[in-house]
Amino acid sequence: MTAVIVPADTTREPAPAKPRPSGPVGREGLLVFVARHAIAIAIIVCALAPVLFIVLTSFMSPQQSLSNHYWPTTWHFGNYVDVFRKLDMGRYLLNTLLYAILATGFMLISSVPAAYALSKLKWRGRNFVFLVVICMMLLPPQITTVPLYLWWANFHLTGTLWPLILPNLLGDAFSIFLLRQFMVTIPDEYLDAARVDGAGEWRTLLRVIIPMARPGIAATSMFMFFYCWNDYYGPYLYTSENRSNWTLSFALASFHGLHNVEWNLVMAAAVITVVPILVLFFFAQKAFVQGITLTGVKG
Amino acid sequence: MSATDASARPGPPRPRRRASQSPGQPQGQGSPRSQGSPSADGAGPVSPTGRAVRRRPSWRRTLRRYLTVGSFIGPALLGIAIFLIFPLGTALESSMHKFGILDAPGTWYGLGNYRYLLHDPFVHTAAWNTLWFCLIMVPAQLVTGLGSALLLTKMRSASSLYRTIFFLPALVPTVAGVLAFVYLLKPGVGPVDTLLGKVGIEGPLWFNSPSWSKPSLVLLAMWSIGNTMVIFLAALLDVPSSLYEAASIDGASAVRQFRHVTLPTISPVLLFTTVINIIATLCLFTEAAVAAAAASGAATVGGGAASNFGYPQESTLTYPLYIYQTGFPQNLLGYANALAIVLFVVTCAVLAVLLRRFRSFTEGAS
Repeated sequence: MTAVIVPADTTREPAPAKPRPSGPVGREGLLVFVARHAIAIAIIVCALAPVLFIVLTSFMSPQQSLSNHYWPTTWHFGNYVDVFRKLDMGRYLLNTLLYAILATGFMLISSVPAAYALSKLKWRGRNFVFLVVICMMLLPPQITTVPLYLWWANFHLTGTLWPLILPNLLGDAFSIFLLRQFMVTIPDEYLDAARVDGAGEWRTLLRVIIPMARPGIAATSMFMFFYCWNDYYGPYLYTSENRSNWTLSFALASFHGLHNVEWNLVMAAAVITVVPILVLFFFAQKAFVQGITLTGVKG
Repeated sequence: MSATDASARPGPPRPRRRASQSPGQPQGQGSPRSQGSPSADGAGPVSPTGRAVRRRPSWRRTLRRYLTVGSFIGPALLGIAIFLIFPLGTALESSMHKFGILDAPGTWYGLGNYRYLLHDPFVHTAAWNTLWFCLIMVPAQLVTGLGSALLLTKMRSASSLYRTIFFLPALVPTVAGVLAFVYLLKPGVGPVDTLLGKVGIEGPLWFNSPSWSKPSLVLLAMWSIGNTMVIFLAALLDVPSSLYEAASIDGASAVRQFRHVTLPTISPVLLFTTVINIIATLCLFTEAAVAAAAASGAATVGGGAASNFGYPQESTLTYPLYIYQTGFPQNLLGYANALAIVLFVVTCAVLAVLLRRFRSFTEGAS
């Protein structure tokens, strides 16, 4: 923070009416310009270095990954094949995709109508229900872990990913919250027009709201997908004793100790979990950032 | 409050009524209406003219209305009942029992679990660790997030490139990020220690030292700050530039502008982000569990004796980790529920701060 304040402090002098210099204007302006970019570049180095090291290590030989070399002396592209051969990555990848895609689909089916009811319909108790949804979204999952685990055990579903997928059919609190924040911004005139034309509420939702809320729906789906992809606690709780149902994130955390696997393979597996997320992000960057912005409520 | 108003006139004929009854109002339908909607709407039907024209709600119409609303919100209500209210009730009830996974109802134990909890040294350690994270990690996240967002607002050139790269670490899946940090901070031969060695500093043991394991997790949290940064960035860009112009005409320095213009304007977002980060820290699980497992080099799977939560020396044993540990590897389910109820009470206290500003969430609903 001081980093930002110090260079800006030098702009105290300029004539009152003149806007502050923005680019490299004058000597002090140049100093400020250089200082800001230097800090920014330092942050970039810190942000990228860990990622870079994951990638570099994933190409090393096992011995080298334990040494203090930064750069691979020989490039072992075969590590990526080994990860699939030795560590059963294919299965984990499939499990993760199953979890993420089904959960996201189920979430959309249940949460979009719920968000509509919470943003565009009027009914007794609406604010209260929304309050409960916010609480549900924020309560630590560990609070309800034990009762829910025992409950799912009744159905013999522990050991599978279904206890993580099925609840989404009954709405996901965070998604409902986010979708509602999007739908609130849609002007009522569109709804009124649809209603005057005699459209029922479901028709209004399908024909008016969903097309207009498409960026919001995209962002929410991505959040859900990312959440499932990253989820560690859920798979740990339900599938840890059943290796055939592990997800990527959980398997990744277990490799290192489990087989005494070398760091180079662990890092190759890490790259495999990161890449799909990065690809998805660069395709839908705008919707994603807009979604994050909406989670930070303006008071 | 507004809920009762809404139910007083249950039918959907809102648009038609408005068209016939209040010709003066339709202009107000846009943004001004949507802001104070609950109170403004509530005042409408009470006025004598409104009462005269309003169509009588027949029970049939009311029922249909409720069925319509129910078809939208019903599944979510069922979800709240099954996945929030039922487990909370069960947790409270079974926290007063002594039982394991095989003798499910167990024996009545009264407040015994809670009494034991007060004297359990592991609870003290776990609660202290979690408190430590709330006191150090949350401010560190806020300062980093706000600092990098401020820097981005000052950048004129290449700012979108910087923004993307600053945000990038937030996209790295948590487990991969933790593993990367454990590798980077490997004592002795890790890249960071090697670098420090070249400058002549002997690096600490990081994740393998009881006094450095928590700061290492803070570094990790500061690294993946992207989401907080984006929220702050949006808030900063929303501060009207006229305020800055006025302040600089008055001769306010940049520091004073920040204190007297920026901070007050973004304070709601600041509060919101603080509360969210505190709650996220209260359920800190993945980072601590994975870091401990990876640094100790032992298996994480299945818990039991192999469990290495808290490595080294319980320094990363957070409260949620301890709940999990008592519940599953140790099979003390009643006790785990008691621990969970305590966490629930603490979380609710934090949430109360946020929900006092609940209006800001409901604002803008029609």
